[in-house]
Amino acid sequence: MKQAVQAEELRPPVTSIGVIGWIKNNLFNGTPNSVLTLVTLFFLWKTVPPLFRWAFLDSAWHTTGQACREAAGACWSIISMNYRFILFGFYPYEEHWRPFLAMMILVGLLFYSRDRNHWKKTLAYAWIIGLFAMGLLMKGGLFGLPSVESTQWGGLPLTLLLAIFGLTAAYPLGVILALGRRSKMRGIKVLCILYIELIRGVPLISLLFMSSIIFPLFLPEGVTFNKILRAQVAIILFTAAYIAEVVRGGLQGMARGQYEAAESIGLNYYLTMRLIILPQALKIVIPPTVSILISAFKDTSLVVIIALFDLLKTTQSVLSNPEWMGFSREAYVFVAILYFLGCFSMSNYSRKLERELSRGD
Amino acid sequence: MRGFKDSAISEKIPFWLDPRKRAIFFQLLTFCMVGFLAYYLVSNTLINLERQKIASGFGFLHKESSFEIGESLIPYSAASTYTRALLVGALNTVKVAFIGIVITIFLGTIIGVARLSSNWLVSKLAAIFIEVMQDIPVLLQLFFWYALFCETLPSPQEALTPGAGISVCNRGVAFTIPEAHPAHRYMLLAILAGCVIIYLMRRWARKRQEKTGQFFPTFRVGIALLLGLPFVTWLTFGAPLKMDVPVLEGFNFQGGVMVSPEFIALLMGLILYTSAFVAEVVRAGIQSVSKGQKEAAMSIGLRPSLVLNLVILPQALRVIVPPLTSQMLNLTKNSSLAVAIGYPDFVSVANTTINQTGQSIEGVALIMAVYLFFSLSTSAFMNWYNKRVALVER
Amino acid sequence: MKDVKWFVVVLVLALLSTGGMAVAGTLDEVRARGVLTVGVNPGVAGFSMPDEKGVWKGLDIDTAKAIAAAVFGDASKVKYVALTAVQRLPALQSKEIDALCRNTTVTLTRETVNGLNFVHPNYYDGQGFLISKKKGVKTAKGLKGATVCTLPGTTTEMNAADYFRKNGMPWKPVVIESNAELNKAFFAGRCDVLTSDASQLAAIRSVAPNPDDYIILPEIISKEPLAPVVRHGDDQWYDIVNWTVMALIEAEELGITSANVDEMLKSTDPQVQRFLGVNPGFGKALGLDEKWAYNIIKQVGNYGEIFDRNVGPKTPLKLDRGLNNLWTKGGLMYALPFR
Repeated sequence: MKQAVQAEELRPPVTSIGVIGWIKNNLFNGTPNSVLTLVTLFFLWKTVPPLFRWAFLDSAWHTTGQACREAAGACWSIISMNYRFILFGFYPYEEHWRPFLAMMILVGLLFYSRDRNHWKKTLAYAWIIGLFAMGLLMKGGLFGLPSVESTQWGGLPLTLLLAIFGLTAAYPLGVILALGRRSKMRGIKVLCILYIELIRGVPLISLLFMSSIIFPLFLPEGVTFNKILRAQVAIILFTAAYIAEVVRGGLQGMARGQYEAAESIGLNYYLTMRLIILPQALKIVIPPTVSILISAFKDTSLVVIIALFDLLKTTQSVLSNPEWMGFSREAYVFVAILYFLGCFSMSNYSRKLERELSRGD
Repeated sequence: MRGFKDSAISEKIPFWLDPRKRAIFFQLLTFCMVGFLAYYLVSNTLINLERQKIASGFGFLHKESSFEIGESLIPYSAASTYTRALLVGALNTVKVAFIGIVITIFLGTIIGVARLSSNWLVSKLAAIFIEVMQDIPVLLQLFFWYALFCETLPSPQEALTPGAGISVCNRGVAFTIPEAHPAHRYMLLAILAGCVIIYLMRRWARKRQEKTGQFFPTFRVGIALLLGLPFVTWLTFGAPLKMDVPVLEGFNFQGGVMVSPEFIALLMGLILYTSAFVAEVVRAGIQSVSKGQKEAAMSIGLRPSLVLNLVILPQALRVIVPPLTSQMLNLTKNSSLAVAIGYPDFVSVANTTINQTGQSIEGVALIMAVYLFFSLSTSAFMNWYNKRVALVER
Repeated sequence: MKDVKWFVVVLVLALLSTGGMAVAGTLDEVRARGVLTVGVNPGVAGFSMPDEKGVWKGLDIDTAKAIAAAVFGDASKVKYVALTAVQRLPALQSKEIDALCRNTTVTLTRETVNGLNFVHPNYYDGQGFLISKKKGVKTAKGLKGATVCTLPGTTTEMNAADYFRKNGMPWKPVVIESNAELNKAFFAGRCDVLTSDASQLAAIRSVAPNPDDYIILPEIISKEPLAPVVRHGDDQWYDIVNWTVMALIEAEELGITSANVDEMLKSTDPQVQRFLGVNPGFGKALGLDEKWAYNIIKQVGNYGEIFDRNVGPKTPLKLDRGLNNLWTKGGLMYALPFR
């Protein structure tokens, strides 16, 4: 529609190529569409410039809260003055470089893993080493790093920790549940269905309540886990049920012949699953798994309700500081941008992967 | 852990090689483990409750709740029982979920269609909306809308009046409603009767069309019935016109219907978040119907509205309904986040109950049971609907 | 593979059950752990609130520090667990925390049905109403039909319900779980009145965009003695926490501050000598170091210092001592005799 055709004598009229042609084709083809375009443009004209003014022109960027109240626009100072508490929570102030470095390692690893050509054994080792290094950085206690208890972790690292460990630990559990749900053994099948449907039927917040309020009562006297770990367990149990359903979809997508072929060469159930079915099924479900990771990442924000200091809670904590009270829009927009960046890059990646996989290779 | 067989042992003992016995063995093993775990947890809990002298059981349900609830569909006061308080919460959840679902389907469909629009601007705006809304946690959206609502709108004394009979302030939105009149009950009956007639008419029209090929405009007649019947009823009762106008009295608006900011913020967050997902579902559904179907339908001379109604929609719905169901369930479950912004939904009321009675196990169990009930009944209804849609397609 | 799994399962179960058998006193557990775990409020200015560096500050925090100073001789050995109103009691019951210093009102139900013991209050409060002057209301009796902001499930909510019921006034509650959200809603005008403990009201008023626009109504509708809490059934631990709070008050009565505590060691007053452990006895009786009281005062200060530092006239909260003054000065803070 827009390539300029190299014709010597007869070029198409200007109105059907180039910018004008494109506008005509995509914005003003027909009366209803033209009206729609005009209405939309008017709406944008009414909303975007004032927003821009508020966010960039009239805004205060690095001032005290008092000065902010006098500014007409947004008060980004609430972020610039408090970003370290928002991002790292109760982590000791002098040690903030450690969670920062750990997150950088994570981002680096994720970035490196984007390319499917890198999916080899070395990548697995890199992840193991990377995770170990991150754990060491966060926890400390070795190589002269002061030890920092996990209860002091907060902000963005906590959000990432809950999401990533939630998914990695839920994955094997989800696969087992999916296999159980498709098992020929009635009893096991019923148990798995019960678990999956029960968990999927209740909101995550009720599981978080359970983990934070009544889980301690389930344990013998004197045995306690800290709150972060309990919330993590709740997130894992919750995510596992959703992964089970995704994996089940993959299993159902396998052709019957695959099972029969495996049986005919004498593989038992375990080997059939490990060598034939799961490698194929799990590959099919990579894109939906990424969407589950995205939901898990977003769902971690619910720990606010049980007073864990994740990204959202540290932000609210700053907002309850007298100096910064009333700037919730700016603070929430900042957090929203962080979440958006994370989720958008993941969903973008998932789409790209989907295209690559469906191209068939 | 469950159901994996161990090749090392199975080679030695023939008993293991019988798949049926082995299956029984594994199932027994699993049940024993699950049973043991359950026993372990329950006994621990009982010991703990005993040791700490925490009361247990649902006896508290009959006691006086002695707390007030902001909005309620049924009469309620602090002197009512906990049972009634929880019922109020459950009804509030149903209210927000029902209204939310209806609007979400509507808005989601519009955005999904807009995403497929040939207008570049509209399509891109829809795409941006979908991406942004999907990528921001719903809880954050709730906080944001609530803050925006409370911080930007004026006090009741300086309420805005965007339209006649509507006042907007930071206490919520006050609507003018017709004053209670016996005619209203009969109008409701008329609407119900209209629904029944439409249902019968559709069946008849379909049969006739299958037999004779003649088309009957059910949609237009249906709308006419749905609006006409109540209107005629209203006229026969002498057309009562008295309105209940909200008036500022003392601290708040009196009269009319007041919708609280918590409700609006919750509804808005849920709708915007879920409709982004619904839009994707609708888009995928429409795209799943191949172009040939549309062309074939047009080639046999069907009008565009009939093409949509008889060819595209039935096929698209088959793809749309299952994921739509799970989105509706998500919306219902996400409505539990109301507790964070102070809308008295079930979780919020149960939370207060736990706090006052100290009986956390019962409280959380109630929360789970109620949501399980909501989820299962919604999915049962949607499954039933799905089956119908699938049949229509044949 | 299977065997490994079984081994792990058995091991975990064994560990769990042995954990159940070895029940030690709270003091021994705390000592073995090397750190005191205290439940605190996630954010109330002046009582318990993280500053911009993530360091907890407040009156309840200092009380927790005093307990740590008494047990370890080191006020920094405290781990704070932020708890919402719903979580606080279960967390204590399940031993997740050793003590709760989270502006919790002493009530009969909590002491009996919930199996808890309250020690001496570290703050006497009462519930009141905060309202904008523009509303023109001078007394709580004029609040008919008002929309009231309150925290959920607290005694506050019930007191308000009782008060309005008693006076036959209709009202509308707005119940929000977090303090921050609640205060924001109030200032934005979401409700006419905010009800909370009077100290909170002062704190909230102090952070208002324009504090002079708001007044606290004269009626105090309830008694709110806020006290640290421990579990039923561990008397030694109860004694330690209780007498730690007493020691803070006693020190003020005796005129011992963190600045002069070293000089006071040389005091000839037998009362001071016994209190600071120069004449030993109290420490042993509590199962603590003889210098326990010295450590508290040296590292945290006496009650007056804690009050002034966190909520006193020089802080944004600008609270008067009022009921929290020493009994000799017209307040209720009365240390039982150290004998």
